[in-house]
Parts: sequence; C-alpha cells; structure tokens
Amino acid sequence: MLSNKEVAEDLIKTFGEDVFNFDEPFGFLTLHATRQQIIPVLQHLFNHSYYQVKFLTDLTGIHYPDQKGAEFGVIYHLHSLTHNFRLRIKVFLDKNDIHIPTATGIYLCANWMERETFDFYGIEFDGHPKLTRILNIEEMDYFPMRKEYPLEDPTRDDKIDALFGR
Amino acid sequence: MSDTIEIVPKDKLQPAGVHPELISELTTLNLGPTHPATHGIFQNILQMDGEKIVSGEQTIGYIHRAFEKIAERRPYYQITTLTDRMNYCSSPINNFGWHMTMEKLLQIEVPKRAQYIRVIMMELARISDHIVCNGILGVDSGAFTGFLYVMQKREEIYEMYEQVCGARLTTNMGRIGGMERDLTTEAIRKIREFLKTFPPVLKEFEKLFNRNRIFMDRTINVGGITAESALNYGFTGPNLRAAGVDYDVRVMNPYSSYEDFDFEIPIGQSGDTYDRFMVRNEEMWQSLRIIEQALDNLPEGPYYADAPEYYLPAKKDVYTSMEALIYHFKIVMGEIDAPIGEVYHAVEGGNGELGFYLVSDGGRAPYRLHFRRPSFIYYQAYPEMCKGLTISDAIMIMSSLNVIAGELDA
Repeated sequence: MLSNKEVAEDLIKTFGEDVFNFDEPFGFLTLHATRQQIIPVLQHLFNHSYYQVKFLTDLTGIHYPDQKGAEFGVIYHLHSLTHNFRLRIKVFLDKNDIHIPTATGIYLCANWMERETFDFYGIEFDGHPKLTRILNIEEMDYFPMRKEYPLEDPTRDDKIDALFGR
Repeated sequence: MSDTIEIVPKDKLQPAGVHPELISELTTLNLGPTHPATHGIFQNILQMDGEKIVSGEQTIGYIHRAFEKIAERRPYYQITTLTDRMNYCSSPINNFGWHMTMEKLLQIEVPKRAQYIRVIMMELARISDHIVCNGILGVDSGAFTGFLYVMQKREEIYEMYEQVCGARLTTNMGRIGGMERDLTTEAIRKIREFLKTFPPVLKEFEKLFNRNRIFMDRTINVGGITAESALNYGFTGPNLRAAGVDYDVRVMNPYSSYEDFDFEIPIGQSGDTYDRFMVRNEEMWQSLRIIEQALDNLPEGPYYADAPEYYLPAKKDVYTSMEALIYHFKIVMGEIDAPIGEVYHAVEGGNGELGFYLVSDGGRAPYRLHFRRPSFIYYQAYPEMCKGLTISDAIMIMSSLNVIAGELDA
C-alpha cells in the first residue's frame, strides 16, 4: 500500500524546495510545485520504477484573483494504476507571466486538456503542438472562465431583480 | 475555420499501407458537424489519399454550454441538472456522481438502502448507454434490426426512471444525502420484469452480431489500440478494458456499496472495434447480475441521510415544526453554505472515469467545478486510430468509441 507520506518524502528528497505545501484534503495527497520543476516532477513520477504513475487523470486551471503574484493555477491529477494511488499537483503562475511547459511530452492526453485550459483561462503552454481554442469559437478574444468575466451579459436590463439579485 | 487546417506536405506523410511515392494529390473530406453517422455534433476534416485516410483534424465545441461557468453561480443542488446533460444516455450515473462528490465534501453518510437503490439505477443507466452504443454500431454497419430489438428494452428502462424520478432522459435523480423517494412497488415490479425479459433479447442481439461474418469482417482489426497507448491517451472505461487493462473505478475505488456485489470485469485483447463491442455486451450481462443482487438484498431502512441542512424535510413537517420550516426556507432560498475544501470524486460512467473536481470557498455555489469527461479525453486518439483505414472504418471506430457530444463539450 503506497502511502501519502512515502511519496511525499520521496518527492521532497528528489526536488527539495521545489515541492511544497503538502496537504491531504479527504486523504488525497496534494502538493504545490514550481513552474521550472513541474515537468521533471511529472517525469520522475512517470519513470519511477516502483510508483509507476502512468495515468494523467485530469489537467485543469483555476483562477484566484486575490492571490497577488499567483493568480492562475494549473492543477494536475495523477493516478498510479498499479498501486491505486492518486495525487494532485498544483502550479501557480503570475498573471503577467502566464506560461508553463507542456506535459504532452509525457502524457499524450494532456493535449486537449491544455487546449481547454488555454481556452478558458488564457494560460499558455510552451511547446504545445497546437495551442488553439477548442470549445469556444476561434474569434473570441477574452477568456471566459476568469473571475472578472461575468456569467451573464451585463448590457441586459430585463433580468434585474431587486429582491433576488440574480 | 478553414484557415486552421494544415495540409500535410508530401514529404511529411507517414500513412500506413500506402506508397508515398505514388501519392499525387490528397482529397479533403469534411465529415461535417451534421452527419447522420456521427453521434452528435463534432466535425472531422479528413485528408484522404483515394480511399485511405491520411490524417484527420477535429473540431469540437458545437454543443459547449459553459457548464463549468454556470456551476459557479448555482447552489449545489441545482448543479444536478447540469450533470444530467453531459452524458445524456446514462444521466443517473452523472447525477449520482455529483451527489457523491457533495456527500464527500459535506461528510454525509448515505444509508445502505439509498446506496443500493442508487446502484440499481446506475446499472440500469449503464445498460441503457451500452444498448445505444452497440445498437448504433450495428446501424452504422447497416444492420438495423438488432437496434430495434434492444431499443424496446430501453423504453422500459425509461419507464423505470419515470417511476423513480419522474423524467425519462434528463433524470435529475436523487438528492444530496440519498434519494428523493423510495422505490415504489410498481418500480420494483418493473425492474423484476426487466430482469426476466431482457436476457432473451440480449441473447438474440448477440446471436445477430457476435459470430456474424460480415460484422466480424467489418470490426475485427479495425481501429485497434495498444494498452500502453490507450493509457497514455487517458482512455478509461470499456475502451480501455477492450485494450486489455482491467481498470474499473467501481472496483479500484468502490463507492456506494459496490464492494458488496459480486461481478466480473470483461477485458478484451487488441482494443479493436470488435473487442469494444464484445466488452460492452458482456458488461450488460454483468450489470444485470449486479441489479439482481441489489434487488434481492435490498436492505430496509431510510432512503435518505439525516442531514436536515441539505436534504429537504418532509412537507408535513414543514407545516408543523419550526426547525423544518427554517431548514426548508434556507435550502430553497439557497442560503446554505458548504464547508471550505477541495475534493475529487470519480465514478464509473458509461464511458469510463467520470470525475468531479470541486473547490469550495465556503459559499453557496462552488468556487470551481471541473468535470473530468472521459469522452473529451479519449476522443483525442481518434485520428491516430483511423490512420490508413477507409471512411467506413472511420465511422465504425467513431461509433464504437461511444463519443457522446454532451460529454465531449459540456
């Protein structure tokens, strides 16, 4: 049984200061990594002879406008099928420097997941074979999932409701 | 959109089974968004050398409805209706997956009876999804009769959904903490009848296809994928199991009492269309086993958890008790906050691992909700699976992958 502690210690031993903020919400190992070392971390877990973390479950983005200097996050969910071990790695990026290397070299499924994250948040993945919008139209010039973009059309005035405010 | 297509230059061609030096010109074929053979709206622009496909370019997003953005505004119980519309062939699985994610966040323990009822409905949904996939695979190869036989059974499954939740397709089934009503005697009678009448129909369907020479010729060695490639492409569900990897979320991370049931996971060998068809057929037999076990061992007890903050109290209590009145008001007006936290929960959908990643900041709506949609992830492998094959093979591969447009785009 692979434990969270074991994997966490192995990552700290290999990457030192570049992996930090370990936590276990609901028993799920979560850690932060730096942009420079995220691909080596993923590679280390992929090539590890014992852990065999060879499945990228999910890759998505998140936006915290209040965290100055670390507004945008890219979140990787990884899974080792041989040990039934899951972990989550987060990388936070400054909104003025919103680049991160692509994971398509390791996991082919990251291709469309990174395109979707780019489509929604504007996070650029360096080295991606074809980073274009995937779900929205090509001509769109804003990134809809960012918190500053409203859900509804702000120019409409027929849905203003003083009591329920929606 | 046509300026984004890159015509593969001649010196970069690597088509399987075609002599590069004999290629004079490539045709571009638009297997366009509205096409009778594609299940849903997605576009494939194929470059063909005569009849063989050289490369493909995919455009999706025709049915993108911005669920993740909408979910950031809606109270937690209103998000169930969004999850219905993702994989609309098996909506109960999506609904219960979302309810289980919320129950994990809120740390609510769902009683056994509700868990067993959920298992029954999820397995019925899985049968319904596989009926559509396999039936339509037959239709796409020109055999309409099999589809007609099993579609009648799908109508009966819809009637069972109607007994439980009132709706046929977009079911909005269950509540956070359990089910909205107990299984009525009519529902149980219908399920028992289904358990008796479906096996002969499924056997007849199998007799039409399994050893049919034409069907086997059209599906064996068509669109194969190796296990390693499938894992790297993020395949899950029947497509991955057809390639030989026995990964099933129900067994690896059991939820909702699946560990109480005895069932097998069918696995294929080469990951081609025939294996996917056979795996889905066999999964339907296993689902029938699970439903029978669940129905025979249905425990007595409440069908919802004791979580008055999240589960609407009974209407008669609302009229007489003060606490019930207050809870009813708070829930309906959306004044209930969820605790801060982040949770990832996955269920075995009809197509594989359907995951829900929820980040809550303590408000009444999620801060971030992301759906890990299996169709979206494995559809990336489609052009590679089609290389060197003909259009008819490409159609068969797409049908056997069971790409559901609602889940693709969300």
